[in-house]
Amino acid sequence: MTDIQIRITDREGEDHTVEAPTDMNMNLMEVVRAYELAPEGTIGVCGGMAMCASCQCYVLSDHELPEKSDEEEAMLSEAFYVKESSRLGCQIAMRPELDGLHVELAPES
Amino acid sequence: MIKTDILIIGAGPTGLFAVFEAGLLQLKCHLIDALPQAGGQLAELYPKKPIYDIPGFPEVMAGALVDNLMEQIKPFQPGFTLGQRAENIEKLEDGTFVVTTNEGVQHCAPIVAIAGGLGSFEPRKPQLDTLEQYENKGVSYMVKDPEMYRDKRVLIAGGGDSALDWSIFLADIAREVTLVHRRNEFRGALDSVEKVQELKNLGKIRLITPAEVVQLQGKDTLEGVLVRRNSDPQEDIRVELDAFIPLFGLSPKLGPIANWGLEIEKNAIKVDNTLDYQTNIPGIYAIGDVNTYPGKLKLILCGFHEATLMCQSAYQRIHPNKRYVMKYTTVGGVTGFDGSKKEAPKAVVKAID
Repeated sequence: MTDIQIRITDREGEDHTVEAPTDMNMNLMEVVRAYELAPEGTIGVCGGMAMCASCQCYVLSDHELPEKSDEEEAMLSEAFYVKESSRLGCQIAMRPELDGLHVELAPES
Repeated sequence: MIKTDILIIGAGPTGLFAVFEAGLLQLKCHLIDALPQAGGQLAELYPKKPIYDIPGFPEVMAGALVDNLMEQIKPFQPGFTLGQRAENIEKLEDGTFVVTTNEGVQHCAPIVAIAGGLGSFEPRKPQLDTLEQYENKGVSYMVKDPEMYRDKRVLIAGGGDSALDWSIFLADIAREVTLVHRRNEFRGALDSVEKVQELKNLGKIRLITPAEVVQLQGKDTLEGVLVRRNSDPQEDIRVELDAFIPLFGLSPKLGPIANWGLEIEKNAIKVDNTLDYQTNIPGIYAIGDVNTYPGKLKLILCGFHEATLMCQSAYQRIHPNKRYVMKYTTVGGVTGFDGSKKEAPKAVVKAID
């Protein structure tokens, strides 16, 4: 199986369950853009370099995610609306073990 | 009033390359950009990151690509209005456009090419209740004139390069510099971090980390702020100051261009991709990341192509009665407005005995 299901709560609070491929080198930010769950220009602004925090999300399920890199950690330390569960979507690669992941998009800032 | 042939809004890679293509057609260009330097995102966000999909460059640093483009367009002497945002557009009776910046500088041209990328970069403001009421009364989001802070008490918040660099720069000018950041670690060039450490040891910069500004105080103008240490949230520190400069990076916004009467879709400007990337207003084009059409890809190489076709169309609008065929630079060379001339060396014709 190469597709997993991801549940994404958008910025309006609406829930979406979407299929994400695990063999396309895609990350969570790109999945959100592919399904247009946030307006273009408000997410993935830096293209996925952990340099803008526009793809910040809160992880709501208890999946074990890869550790934050120094770059992600540093960007989150400058971002707004940051919580304990905050991650940058662009740093979360779609992998089989993330099937069922639930995230909520952080507000635009 | 600044007059030119093609007024380009946005000095990113697409806008810069448009100067070259326009120059080959003997058209002059002037660029407006909200950032203080040319290069757009490449210079502002990721100058030290490599790009791998510029044709002919297996790998090129974003900053180096901007330097190369600046070098390539130098013979065509583009004008720049930097650090200002294009605010209004007006169409005159003779069909030309006047674009006015937020600082009131007027630009007149028969052709406007919007190469605005994701929009103009606006400062990201921290979430503080009364922040906006102190704007220009002690709160500013960028350092425009460092002299303004001479002998003042300044507090800078943020953990990136600009927070570090301005703390270092102002340490020599201001009476007091306090740097507040949410973490102990800073995200910046190593020598900047070391320099701040050194200035801190010398007592020239007061460092409060990990901490956050939580409240602004002052009657009419800003007089002080409360800083909360993450480790000790009970006892806030009051810092008396004259200026508070939050530096939390920039975020692009389409901004005033959205109100120019152009057709907008998904935060981008709709253009005719079957022909020349013109918008719904004849004479106004949109090229690069700022435009959209079926199958659009936001790639630098696509922006270059769009800039080239835009210039050909602009030439025909400006000179409707002139006939012209595109000439290869290898054949025609490059003749700059500065009198410079680059051309392919002539082949030698000689008999071999």
